[in-house]
Amino acid sequence: MTTLPDNTEKKLGLVIDLDTCVGCHACVISCKGWNTENYGAPLSDQDPYGAAPSGTFLNRVHSYEVQPLATSAKVQPPAQLFHFPKSCLHCEDAPCVTVCPTGASYKRVEDGIVLVNENDCIGCGLCAWACPYGAREKDEAEGVMKKCTLCVDRIYNENLEEVDRIPTCVRTCPAGARHFGDFADPDSHVSRLTAERGGMDLMPEMGTKPVNKYLPPRPKDALPEIDVLAPYLAPVDEAPGGFLGWLDKTLEKL
Amino acid sequence: MHPAPSVILFTTFSGLGFGLLAWLGLGYPAVTGLTAFVFFTIAYVCAVGGLMASAFHLGRPERALKAFTQWRTSWLSREAVMSVAALLVMGVYAIGTIFFATALSLVGVLGAVLCLLTVFTTSMIYTQLKTVPRWHSPLTPVMFLAMAVAGGALLAGQTTAAVILLLLAGGALVATWVHGDGAFARSGTTLATATGLGSIGTPRAFEPPHTGTNYLLREFVFVVGRKHGMKLRIIAFVLAIALPVILLLVPFSHWLALVAVLSHVAGVLVARWLFFAQAEHVVGLYYGKR
Repeated sequence: MTTLPDNTEKKLGLVIDLDTCVGCHACVISCKGWNTENYGAPLSDQDPYGAAPSGTFLNRVHSYEVQPLATSAKVQPPAQLFHFPKSCLHCEDAPCVTVCPTGASYKRVEDGIVLVNENDCIGCGLCAWACPYGAREKDEAEGVMKKCTLCVDRIYNENLEEVDRIPTCVRTCPAGARHFGDFADPDSHVSRLTAERGGMDLMPEMGTKPVNKYLPPRPKDALPEIDVLAPYLAPVDEAPGGFLGWLDKTLEKL
Repeated sequence: MHPAPSVILFTTFSGLGFGLLAWLGLGYPAVTGLTAFVFFTIAYVCAVGGLMASAFHLGRPERALKAFTQWRTSWLSREAVMSVAALLVMGVYAIGTIFFATALSLVGVLGAVLCLLTVFTTSMIYTQLKTVPRWHSPLTPVMFLAMAVAGGALLAGQTTAAVILLLLAGGALVATWVHGDGAFARSGTTLATATGLGSIGTPRAFEPPHTGTNYLLREFVFVVGRKHGMKLRIIAFVLAIALPVILLLVPFSHWLALVAVLSHVAGVLVARWLFFAQAEHVVGLYYGKR
């Protein structure tokens, strides 16, 4: 059913910390691995070892350079580099769901996860057209739309250890840049992180109300300038007298 | 946006076919028997052929019937329902005129309305997309409807109406171009809003997620031929609007009318290619592309 629920009991989603992500792409690989072997059709690759490889991914890491504005203190501030993981944001007002002609796309009332029923999908691609974030891709081998499931087959999976019942991208992130939780609960880990760090929406002007939040990078530290050699080069005597004083004056005159 | 031949053929020919059906349903021209058969055949070949072409861009065409179910929210589903309703109602009207020399005018009017609604629903599939600012405008349905009604008048041999409607459609076409050229900038979506990094400074795409291409880049980032946009717009306008109008204004002959129709179809095909090729999806921003 492509009508969006007015409200969902839980709002499961991710917090992605742009301050912490080191751009290692481990989440990309673990996502591809888990989701190829589990829920739904595998994530296929085309020409994987050939000249023009291409494939279906549910999570990709971009890198952006930002040139901070010059200030009086820093006339030429150095550019900053950010790694930017991007997957489905499980929007509250998901445009990908309402455009679906077959009812294959839906948003779950119980936890707000946006999913595709691959048996109903005709692969028209309109959901990918409607998504501003590039979160949906058509699998070229299967002919159906693939998207992040928030690892729905992990988070409720009682065959897994409790510690593993989180999305595989979160479980694998070595930097702790990804967090999973319920945004409907104001006391949850993710809600508190969002409140404390000013978690933000991507493209808020699109009106999609994304559930996933991005934590902005913290301001760079401004450390005092430390020069380990400076003590050795400092003048020993500001106004030397005696022989050194005479030498100093004589050398100045030359 | 990738200008897929299937979608270009679909929007062009279904627009023409449903445009012609709308005129036939209103009794212009009031034909019966064999002449009616020829007219309805042309209309149905265009409309049904267009719909069949659209099935070619599906990943799973064998499940296409499921697309009739979500008319509550989906313009694509509404289009599927409307097109079949229009074809069925006009089928009843066509049988009346061809075999019984009877124009069931109420059925015809209803069919004509359904035909125009079909074209409207097609245009709304594109208009609804906030992600493609060029399309997200009331001018899009106006242009689609104007082109369909004008093309239909041309095929229906309504010379006077066709001249006026072609000129109006030409105006709508130019309006979509002029308005569309600044739409992306006016939408306010930039790499800064896409990444949320704008508060620090000006972001720039540094490195893409992978060295190869992907579905998103193939589908949404199409830059081939963009530099010829202006030339192609002139070609589209001359073929779709200017030449048919001139050919209709000179003393009528069936051969000139045929040339006018062919020229119009070729022009609409070029215009529809531009409609897709010049449309920019906001997801391109993430890749530092437009």
